[in-house]
Amino acid sequence: MVDSLISNIISSKCVMLTIKMKKGSPHVDKIFKIIALAAATYVLVIIAMIVINLVTGSAPVWQKEGISFLTGSDWNSVEDRESYGAFPYIMGTLVNAGIAMLIAVPLSFGIGMFLSELSPKLLRTPLAMVIELLAAIPSVVYGLWGLLVFRAYIQDWIETPLHNLFGDQSIIFAGTPFGLDILTASIILAIMIIPTIASISKEIMLAVPNSQREAAYMLGATKWEAFRLAVLPYSKSGLIGATILGLGRAVGETMAVTMLIGNATGAAAIPTSLFQPGQTLATIMANEFAEASQGGLHLAALVGIGLILFIMAFVINVVAHLLVAKVVKSHEGAVLA
Amino acid sequence: MTNKVILGLTFMLILIVPAMSLHASAQTSYTITGAGSTFVFPLMDTWRVDYNKIHQNIQLNYQSIGSGAGIKLLEQKSVDFAASDAPLSTADQQKAPGVLTFPDSIGAITIAYNIPGMDKGLKLTGPVIAQIFMGNITSWNDPAIANLNPGATLPNQNIVVAHRSDGSGTTYAFTDYLSKVSPDWKTKVGQGKSVPWPVGTGGNGNAGVANIVKTTQYAIGYVELAYVFQNNMTYAFVQNADGNSFVEPTLDTVAADATAASANLPAADGDWSKVSIVNQPGSNSYPISTLTYVMIYQDMSTINGETQDKSTEVVNFLTWILNDGQQYSSGLLYVPLPDSLKKIGEDGLAKVTFTGGAVPEFGPIAALVLAIAIVSIIAVSAKTGLRFSAKF
Repeated sequence: MVDSLISNIISSKCVMLTIKMKKGSPHVDKIFKIIALAAATYVLVIIAMIVINLVTGSAPVWQKEGISFLTGSDWNSVEDRESYGAFPYIMGTLVNAGIAMLIAVPLSFGIGMFLSELSPKLLRTPLAMVIELLAAIPSVVYGLWGLLVFRAYIQDWIETPLHNLFGDQSIIFAGTPFGLDILTASIILAIMIIPTIASISKEIMLAVPNSQREAAYMLGATKWEAFRLAVLPYSKSGLIGATILGLGRAVGETMAVTMLIGNATGAAAIPTSLFQPGQTLATIMANEFAEASQGGLHLAALVGIGLILFIMAFVINVVAHLLVAKVVKSHEGAVLA
Repeated sequence: MTNKVILGLTFMLILIVPAMSLHASAQTSYTITGAGSTFVFPLMDTWRVDYNKIHQNIQLNYQSIGSGAGIKLLEQKSVDFAASDAPLSTADQQKAPGVLTFPDSIGAITIAYNIPGMDKGLKLTGPVIAQIFMGNITSWNDPAIANLNPGATLPNQNIVVAHRSDGSGTTYAFTDYLSKVSPDWKTKVGQGKSVPWPVGTGGNGNAGVANIVKTTQYAIGYVELAYVFQNNMTYAFVQNADGNSFVEPTLDTVAADATAASANLPAADGDWSKVSIVNQPGSNSYPISTLTYVMIYQDMSTINGETQDKSTEVVNFLTWILNDGQQYSSGLLYVPLPDSLKKIGEDGLAKVTFTGGAVPEFGPIAALVLAIAIVSIIAVSAKTGLRFSAKF
């Protein structure tokens, strides 16, 4: 067998080529197919393994707490008094991400609009590069900067004046403002997700065909009218997608938020005031996982938090897909009509 | 071509397999593995360097991944010893039977505060500290604090409470103390590595709490002794168990508390889950003190891949840290072990055995399996004519 192969090599290259084309290609095809299939299955296997692990790992806490794991606000890992309710952290995650989105989305769209419609061409590339650079800064750096620098400004310039103006009577500005609270965490979170949303929305607006803009201008539209009539309808679905990507990052962000949100636990973490320490699903895991006791339910409860976070991320993505699909569809309808 | 490859590989294997077995049998240097407490890490690292100077064949690989994670690794039998700031709970004892526990150092928790214009030495009692951390005393000029500090000018400002956000041995010891001195705390909050804090802001690690206290006016928090000294923070003097003096936290007052506790401590193979050294008698005993522990299996053959020779070296090293190793403590702001506490560890280490049969070396077996695998791959591929690269 080996000898025959060697004689094959010695024989003329033309013959070799035909042999190779005939004999070799089914093999290569098979290998290609297997590799591609393996790569595709990898994603499904990983997701399945995550879900299985989260469900089995958190089973004890669901058995003990039932639905009150979602609705309860008592979080106690003291031996013999264990009781777990994730409600404050679910609320904390939603409020924290919500405020961050309120700040980040208008700003990001503004940046995208400027870069795609108004900015001189010379400025566009460097500005876009700077924004992408911001997206590459690790979250721990944002966290440390927030903790050591930014927090003092928030406390002196925003929180104390607001607190003095409205006082403890107003609910959302109640509490002693000192910078480690839901407001500071949300602002830092907004700063962190702005580059993501802004750079994607810029790309999307730039992708709108120029003929659309030209058509609008020919009808006598101003810059704003051209943007509203020609660019916005085209980029709507993409902008929703960009927002959802930002929301995804906001919901899961851990490091910077842990450093700034104040990390209250249990009922004290239910967000009522902006100046009050809170806690999110991601931060409670980061805080307590390493030292969670092996014997009791603490570890199971934290895995359960992970499951809730996983489902939340899943729902956000599904809703995003539905929204994008709906917008695309209605837009097509409009064009046809 | 293919013949040459097979020949070459065979020669390589002939050379590698004996070399690997030789290496295994002639091994004289050992790497002791440990994991756990971050609190003890600076001291452990000094021990690593200085022990290696005396015993050059011994390396220590200590992972400071947190007490809980250290215990986890010990339960999985993958480290020679664990270091933890809290003893094994009853549940953990069931998961890792036959573990010896003994103290290797002592820590203390200070009540650090930030009141502009006030130096260290604010006087506090245990119940008052408990009321502050429960949110029942909310102002610095509350009569409960003012009565303990006649002559001090206390500001009319809200107290900002800072606590640990991560599970930690420091919290375990602090809540241990509060549960002992305040029935109110015991029933409403309790003791643990993380507890349901009624009020306050959480900082990550001693550094996190220290940062909140240092940068926030009118804040109070509990921080490990060494952090307070290193960061020049102001801290309270806490009333002793006898109730006759307010004790400043120093290495000496903490050692006094630990010495007073040593008579009631169990042997290394006893049940440590309820052990606490807080609030011991003596006019000079600083009450918020805590032990940090080393944990090893009494039968060292329990650990995966352990050899008898290596287990002897582990015991030698741990005996050294209890004796000569303690001289490095005070320089790093750890409290040296008093003799009565050393004895617990020495007696425990004397009980360590190695009973299991010889564990087969991994090296030769792995090499054999590898050799068979390579040879069969070559044989099969030569037979079927399968090629991974182009033929010309």
